[in-house]
Amino acid sequence: MSLWIAILAACLGCYLFKLAGLSVPRTLLERPKVQRISALLPVVLLSALVAVQTFSTGSALVLDARAAGLAVAGIAVWRRAPFLVVVALAALTTALVRMWVPGS
Amino acid sequence: MTRSQVLRDSAGVAVATGAYGISFGAIALAGGLDFWQTMALSLLMFTGGSQFGLVGVIAGGGAPIAGAATAIMLGARNALYGLRLSELLNVRGGKRLLTAQLVIDESTAMSIGRDSDRSARLGFYATGIGVFVCWNLGTAVGLVGASWLSDPSLLGLDAAAPAAFLALLAPRLRGREAWAVALAAAVVALIVVPLVPVGVPVLIAALVGVIAGLLPGRSAGRKDPADSAGPTEGGGVDRDGNDGGAVVDHRSDDGAADSRRRDGGELDGRAEPSGAS
Repeated sequence: MSLWIAILAACLGCYLFKLAGLSVPRTLLERPKVQRISALLPVVLLSALVAVQTFSTGSALVLDARAAGLAVAGIAVWRRAPFLVVVALAALTTALVRMWVPGS
Repeated sequence: MTRSQVLRDSAGVAVATGAYGISFGAIALAGGLDFWQTMALSLLMFTGGSQFGLVGVIAGGGAPIAGAATAIMLGARNALYGLRLSELLNVRGGKRLLTAQLVIDESTAMSIGRDSDRSARLGFYATGIGVFVCWNLGTAVGLVGASWLSDPSLLGLDAAAPAAFLALLAPRLRGREAWAVALAAAVVALIVVPLVPVGVPVLIAALVGVIAGLLPGRSAGRKDPADSAGPTEGGGVDRDGNDGGAVVDHRSDDGAADSRRRDGGELDGRAEPSGAS
């Protein structure tokens, strides 16, 4: 139930940001610091998500098959592979490493 | 630019985004959301970076509230897009309420930079509506497809989400500062993993972005002004035949081009300098 509440609250929050841009006086959002922070937020959030989801399980830092998947994904991104290829290669690599190294 | 060219560009972006929606549906199900929770995200939240963010935190065992906070912060960039679009679209009342939902990376990219206001409005609505339809269809397909799997981790789907984030992050890593901030955020997040509840490390990492943004000396206007030309290449990429699922443009060496499409919204990094200038 709390998951549903969080989902709907997040949907509302995201919608209000969209609406705010069309409604709010330009001066507020055009302040350089506000623009700068909102440009940096996706960078730090995505970077942290990559790190946390690859190298942790719950509250423990771990190094397992996901790291190999991410490494391959990194190469694919660097080679400018399409998004779905990046995701599929990461999953495939992780699955293969798990097959070879049980428990990883 | 003719009406049919604008529509063709929009259709190309919509189809590609729909393919990306398939991966969202599959990842969300593997992350522990059910069918309707996932569809609610695609229908109501309708901004891919935020959707992936919420699912990622939940999949990691984080509190729903931490997932919601992450999603909302990732969605903040849409306010900047709306700001740039408001004069062009000039919508009021109920129409504004509906139009707001379509303010995303793709619709903004396919709107700003057109040669006439008429083309810009058409690009916005055609892309926004097209992506909405394809994104939701893709999500449903991904959900149904993934539900056939008994154990998603056997297929390595737990590595799919971080790979998706990496692909979303890559176009934003332009210049030393972006790399430094990204690395700092990753290190800070990992350091606090054992110390705070699941889901919170990402929020703490967000502070790194806020602090970096508040540091003096580097205003947004410093960024490469050529970036502001970004959205116009949407058509070019489409003509490259970079369709179905090609979220990262793999062909063009023009830095702006590959940043264009994905929903994680490379756009904001570049939407902003032109707004500031």
